[in-house]
Amino acid sequence: MIPGQFAYHRPSSIEQAVRLLADLGDEARPLAGGHSLIPMMKLRMAAPEHLIDLGGIADLKGIRDRGASIIIGAMTTQNELIHSDLLAAKLPIIRETSLLIADPQIRYVGTLGGNVANGDPGNDMPALMMCLDAAYHVAGPSGNRTIKARDFYEGAYFTALQEGEIVTSVEIPVPPAGHGYAYEKLKRKIGDYATAAAAVVLSFSGGKVATCAIGLTNVSETPLLAEEAAEILIGTALDPASIAKAVSAAEAITAPASDGRGPADYRTKMAGVMLSRALQRAARRAAA
Amino acid sequence: MSTIEQVPVTVTVNGKKYQRFVDPRMLLIHFIREELNLTGAHIGCDTSHCGACTVEMNGMSVKSCTMFAVQADGASITTIEGMAAPDGTLHALQEGFRMMHGLQCGYCTPGMIMRAHVLLKENPDPTEEEIRSGIAGNLCRCTGYQNIVKAIQYAAAKLNGRTVQEAAE
Ligand SMILES: Cc1cc2nc3c(=O)[nH]c(=O)nc-3n(C[C@H](O)[C@H](O)[C@H](O)COP(=O)(O)OP(=O)(O)OC[C@H]3O[C@@H](n4cnc5c(N)ncnc54)[C@H](O)[C@@H]3O)c2cc1C
Ligand code: FES
Ligand code: FES
Repeated sequence: MIPGQFAYHRPSSIEQAVRLLADLGDEARPLAGGHSLIPMMKLRMAAPEHLIDLGGIADLKGIRDRGASIIIGAMTTQNELIHSDLLAAKLPIIRETSLLIADPQIRYVGTLGGNVANGDPGNDMPALMMCLDAAYHVAGPSGNRTIKARDFYEGAYFTALQEGEIVTSVEIPVPPAGHGYAYEKLKRKIGDYATAAAAVVLSFSGGKVATCAIGLTNVSETPLLAEEAAEILIGTALDPASIAKAVSAAEAITAPASDGRGPADYRTKMAGVMLSRALQRAARRAAA
Repeated sequence: MSTIEQVPVTVTVNGKKYQRFVDPRMLLIHFIREELNLTGAHIGCDTSHCGACTVEMNGMSVKSCTMFAVQADGASITTIEGMAAPDGTLHALQEGFRMMHGLQCGYCTPGMIMRAHVLLKENPDPTEEEIRSGIAGNLCRCTGYQNIVKAIQYAAAKLNGRTVQEAAE
């Protein structure tokens, strides 16, 4: 399968990339790791006339410690996320999630920016970023702005990005030391998108859940933040009855498609099972 | 659409430098096979699932069916053709696949070996579990993987200076 023809541009700065995108209009598209875009181009589901390769822009790379937050450049690869000591210490759920994405070859080139900007509900990072309350720093023709992950996803392949805008970095608040976390993903095989997946970050205080955030992957047109489910758990000891109530609340907001991964009601149930497992694993990892 | 400008691509493949002018849409696997006539890397699925097209690029394993040749400009690439010594002595991985019957039809083998090569550089003495997750992006329709795992263990043992098991069961 051979993609349609396009002209290739390789800017070396964010400013150049933004200018190119503005000048070339909606026939132009950024290219990151290419592992969502090139398959779509092969199928001619995407046929951009210009590709703006972000691979030559040093400012889009790297992971920086800002104390209360960590800033990850958009072109940081999934493999780099897995091997970052900083993330392993402060945000280990990123490594856990990255290891469940695709396969080793794809993780060497697939980027965080491409994964969050793509808008495919099957991508794993968006629900995690919503769970972590991350913010996306964006550059565009009318300057820079910041969009919360929780406000970013509008529909399948529809995001808050305006024409000509690129995600330059992702800023993630560091959860408190001693937080519990888990990303649970059901997939048919390695390299498969989730039948359903759940991200959980929580903390305890005096044996009770003090903070809790829950994200769900691939069980709706967009990634989901299960706010009501999380609220139900606050103040509880994460006992089975509370977990069951939270699971029902989370299942209620799902609206998955029936597809090769199973009928819709099965996928809803699996979202509940993933959430229940993630909560229990997060609790085991949390300081009391 | 008007004619697309060809772009120069310079790569070092198996230690040799090549420059070609290509259509931006040319995939790296087609560049390697059709422009450079190195046909060891295969096209199995063309959808980034099977790993038959895996080559080593700047120390990473990549699926060359899902990358444009222009993205590899300036890169250093190794393909299966670059694994044996100039005198024909097989690399430990090639020897392992041969000794442990790590292949049947052989279609997946160049991709398996190139992936295993990077895996062993990053993790010189992997457990069986680590080998299996390390080659999770490579499909084999013949062997059932048992002997592929043994072939990689053979190579790891040899490269670590241990005595190697003589043959597959
Ligand atoms: C076989 C296979 C299995 C996979 N399995 C999974 C999986 O289980 N989970 C998962 O999450 N992903 C999976 N993926 C997708 C993979 O993780 C992609 O790498 C990722 O979705 C996109 O990242 P990329 O860097 O490759 O982006 P690209 O493919 O280059 O880009 C994707 C889209 O985002 C846009 N874009 C890229 N970067 C930016 C930016 N900085 N700003 C604005 N727009 C941008 C592009 O224009 C394009 O529209 C799989 C892919 C394959 C081929
Ligand atoms: S041909 Fe590239 S992964 Fe199958
Ligand atoms: S030996 Fe035939 S596909 Fe692996």
